[in-house]
Amino acid sequence: MRRLLIAIPYLWLLALFLVPFLIVLKISLSDVVLAIPPYAPTLDLSEGWAGIKAFFAALDFENYWFLTSDDLYWKAYLSSLQIALISTAITLLVGYPIAYGMARAPQEWQATLLLLVILPFWTSFLIRVYSWMGILSTEGILNQVLLFIGIIDEPLTLLNTNTAVYIGIVYTYLPFMILPIYAALEKMDDSLLEAAEDLGCSRIGAFWLVTVPLSRSGIVAGCFLVFIPAIGEFVIPSLLGGSRTLMIGKVLWEEFFNNRDWPVASAVAIILLLILIIPIILFQRNQQKQREVEG
Amino acid sequence: MAQPMAQTVFAPWDDPDETPLIRFENVTKRFGDFTAIDDLSLDIYAREFFALLGPSGCGKTTMMRMLAGFETPTSGTIRLAGQDIAPVPPNKRAVNMMFQSYALFPHLSVWDNIAFGLRREGMDKDALNDRVEEMLRLTRLGKFAKRKPHQISGGQRQRVALARSLAKAPKLLLLDEPLGALDAKLREDTQFELMDIQEKTGTTFVIVTHDQEEAMTVASRVAVMDEGRLVQVATPDRIYETPETVYVADFIGDVNIIEGTAAPDGDQTHVIWAEGHDPIIGSTDRAFERGQQVFYAIRPEKVAISANRPEDAVNAVKGKILDIAYLGNLSTYHVELPTGHIIKAQTANTRRIARRAYTWEDEVWLSWTGTAGILLES
Amino acid sequence: MRRFSWFNATSLTLGFAFLYLPMILLIVYSFNASKLVTVWAGFSTQWYGELFRDEAFLDAAWVTLQVAVISSTIATVLGTMAAIVLVRSGRFVGRTLFSGMIYAPLVMPEVITGLSLLLLFIGIGLDRGVLTIVLAHTTFSMCYVSVVVSSRLVSFDQSLEEAALDLGCSPFDAFRLVTLPIIAPAVISGWLLAFTLSLDDLVIASFTAGPSATTLPIKIFSSVRLGVSPEINALSTIMIGIVAVGVITASLISKRASLRQQQDEQAAARATG
Repeated sequence: MRRLLIAIPYLWLLALFLVPFLIVLKISLSDVVLAIPPYAPTLDLSEGWAGIKAFFAALDFENYWFLTSDDLYWKAYLSSLQIALISTAITLLVGYPIAYGMARAPQEWQATLLLLVILPFWTSFLIRVYSWMGILSTEGILNQVLLFIGIIDEPLTLLNTNTAVYIGIVYTYLPFMILPIYAALEKMDDSLLEAAEDLGCSRIGAFWLVTVPLSRSGIVAGCFLVFIPAIGEFVIPSLLGGSRTLMIGKVLWEEFFNNRDWPVASAVAIILLLILIIPIILFQRNQQKQREVEG
Repeated sequence: MAQPMAQTVFAPWDDPDETPLIRFENVTKRFGDFTAIDDLSLDIYAREFFALLGPSGCGKTTMMRMLAGFETPTSGTIRLAGQDIAPVPPNKRAVNMMFQSYALFPHLSVWDNIAFGLRREGMDKDALNDRVEEMLRLTRLGKFAKRKPHQISGGQRQRVALARSLAKAPKLLLLDEPLGALDAKLREDTQFELMDIQEKTGTTFVIVTHDQEEAMTVASRVAVMDEGRLVQVATPDRIYETPETVYVADFIGDVNIIEGTAAPDGDQTHVIWAEGHDPIIGSTDRAFERGQQVFYAIRPEKVAISANRPEDAVNAVKGKILDIAYLGNLSTYHVELPTGHIIKAQTANTRRIARRAYTWEDEVWLSWTGTAGILLES
Repeated sequence: MRRFSWFNATSLTLGFAFLYLPMILLIVYSFNASKLVTVWAGFSTQWYGELFRDEAFLDAAWVTLQVAVISSTIATVLGTMAAIVLVRSGRFVGRTLFSGMIYAPLVMPEVITGLSLLLLFIGIGLDRGVLTIVLAHTTFSMCYVSVVVSSRLVSFDQSLEEAALDLGCSPFDAFRLVTLPIIAPAVISGWLLAFTLSLDDLVIASFTAGPSATTLPIKIFSSVRLGVSPEINALSTIMIGIVAVGVITASLISKRASLRQQQDEQAAARATG
C-alpha cells in the first residue's frame, strides 16, 4: 500500500519530468540534420557499451560552441538577466509601499485588500499582458491622455520597446512581490515601532531600522519569485517587446519553431537552466531559513 | 491513611495468585541513539487506576503509545491478558486511548464522534444507538449530542473524548494527560468524575501525567518514572510517606533533605549531620552501616514550630525565620539554622483571625518525632 | 483602532489603480461599437455576438475546458498522493530525487518544460493532441497541488489519524473518513489552482498541442500577435468576469465559515465561564 502510494506519483514524474529533461540534454549534444526529427543522435543506446563509448569519443559540445560563437545568444542571456534584474527592482519599489499600506491598514480592511491582490493572480496571465497592448500603442489611451494633458506634443513609441516589457513584467508579477512582503509585515507587532520611537528613533528611522529588516525575508522571497520566472519569460517580450528585445525564452521558441534547430534550442535550454540554478538554490536557502526561524 | 480493613481493600498487586492484565517484560525502546524505555518490567492488574508519573521525557508517553500500538518495543514483550500484543496493529487491539489533544474529529458531531468506533465494529443500528445514548448519559453530554467539537467548551470536549474511547468497552483505557488542557478548578472536579466513571464501568485505566497531585488523587497505584526506568511503584500514600529514593521524595510534594552519616543505635539510627549539633534520631527498616552516607527526608507538615524548646521532643533544632509563605490554609516558614541549612515547617491556619505568632527574624525551635522522617540512601 | 495614514492611502490607491485600470479599460472597450479599439464610438455588444458565432473560438474553448477538467482532476489525485508521501512517508530510497522533482517544475521556465515534453512525445511517437496537453498539464500542475496540500498536511494533527486507528479503522479508512474530509479545503484549492493553471497556459500547450487540438490561449495568442482586437476584449471580459465571481464567492463563503466558527467558539467559551 505504502509502496504503491510512493510509486505512482514517482513513476509519473520520472517518465514525464526527468526523462524528458534527459532527452533535452541528449539532443543538445546531437548534430543537426535536415530531416524529421531534425537531429542525428550521437548517443545510440541500442549499440550498448560501444554506443556509449562512441558517444564520448564524439562528444564535442558543438552546439554549445555554436552558442558562444554567435553574438545573438550571449547577448540574449545578458539582456534577459538585465531585464529580469531591473524589473525585479522596479517591482520591489512599486510593491513594497502597497504591501506596507496593506499591512498597516485597519483590520477590517485587510481581508478585502488581500482579495484585491489575489484576484489578478487568478486572472489569465495572457489577458493581463494583452491589456497593455491597447494602452501602450501609439494611438493608445496612455498617449491620448498624455497628449490631452499636454505633457507631450507627439505620441511616444511605447509598444514594442523594452520599456513596455518592463511595464509588462512589473504588472503581471506584482502580486508575487506584494504577497510575501505583506505576509512578513503583517506578522510584525505594532508595539515594536512604538518601542523604537520610545527609544528615540524618528518615524523614518524606525522604518529603516525595524520594519525593513523584519520584512527582509519577504523582500528576498518576493524578489526571487519575480526574478526567476522573468528570466525565462516568453509571452511578455513577444507581445509587448519589439524585434530588438532579446530575451532567451523568445530566442529558444524561435530557434525551435522557426529555425527548427532542435539541438541548438536544447543547448539554449540547458544553459538557461544552469543560469537559473544559482538563484533557485539561494531562494531555497532563504525559504528554509525562514521555516527554521518560524520553527 | 493505612486502611485497617485489609480483606475489603482493592490490592491485587499484593495477591500472589492474581494474574496481571498487562505485563511488561524487560521492555526496551530506542529511538536511534536515544533510549526512551530501558529494560522495564511492570505488572498492571484488571480494574486498576494506574498512573505513570514523571517529568517530560521520562518515557511515560512511550509506554502508553506502546500499549496503544503506535510504537513497538525494540526488545522485550508486552502481554495483554497473557497475549503478546506486539504483532497486533492498533486498530485490532482491545485498548482505547484518550488523546492529550482529545483528537476529536472536527467534521463530526459529538454523537458521531462517540459512534465512530462502534461503526467500525459493524454494530447493528439499535445496539449502536443504545450504546451512544448510554455514553452520553454517563458523561452528561446528552444536550450537546448534535454539536460539533468547536461548539462546546474544553471541559465538554474532554468528556466527549472520554465517552468516545469508552464506547467500545475496551479492556484497557489509556489516558494521555487527560486534564492537561483544563484550568485548575475544572481539573479538580473532573478528577473525581474520572474516578467515578472508572468505578462505574470497571475498566482498567492507565493514566499518564506529569502532575503529581493528579496522580495521587486518582490512582490506585502510581509508578514514578525517570529516564526510561521505574523508580518506585506503590500506592499514593506509600509513595508519599515511604519514598524509596531522594528523587521520589523530592518529586512528590515538598520535603526537607538533610545529608549526614549513619550511626545505628539499637532499633534506631542516628544521623550525624552537623558538628556540635545533636544527631537526628530516626527509625528505619533498612540497615545502615556506621559511617554510611545517608539522606534524612522530612515533610514540612511534620515539623512543629515553637518559641521554646518542647520538653519531650526527640529532635529539636533552633533557627531564625527567614521567610514566611502564607498560602491561606497553610503557612510555610523557612527557618535558617546556624549551620546554614534551611528547614521548611508548615502549620495549618485553623483560626480565621489569629495573631501571627511568629514573624521575620524571630528565633524559633523546630521539633519532630522519631518516626516523622525517613532515611534514604540516595 | 488603526486608520489609513495619508501615505498608505495614497500608495494603496495608486497601487490598485495600476493593478486594475488595464483590466477595466479592457472591459470598457469590449463594449465599444468601433472596430478601432482606441476610439470610443458608443456602446455595443456586437463583439460578444461575433465571438459566439466564431466556431474556432468555441472549439478552442471546448478543448481548453476538457483539458483543464481532466488534467486538474488527475493532478489533484497525484499531487495529493505526492503530498502524503512528502509529509508522511519518512525516509525511502530516492526521496531527495522525489522532492526535487516535485519542486523543480515550480521554478522551471515554461519554455523548457514545454520543449522537453515535446521531445519526449516525439521520441515515443505519441501523436500530439488533447492527450499530450493533458499529460503535460497534469505533470506541472500536480506539483502545485502537492505544495498546497502538503502545507495543509504539515499542520494536520496526526493524533486525529491515530485516534481513528485506535477506534478500529484500517489505515485506508482512517485516511478516507478522517484525514480527507479535514484536508478537503486544501485539496479543493489545489484542484482550482491546477484548473486555472491549465486554462491559462500558453507556452506548454503551444509545444505539446498538435494541429488537431488548439486551446483558447493558443488561439488568443495567435490573434493578438497581429494587434488588439475587440473580439478578444469581449472574450477577456467574460474570462475576467468568471474569475472575479468565482474568487469573490469563494472568499465570501470562507469568510462566513470562519466567522461562524469564531462565534461558535465564543459561545462555547461563554457557556462554561
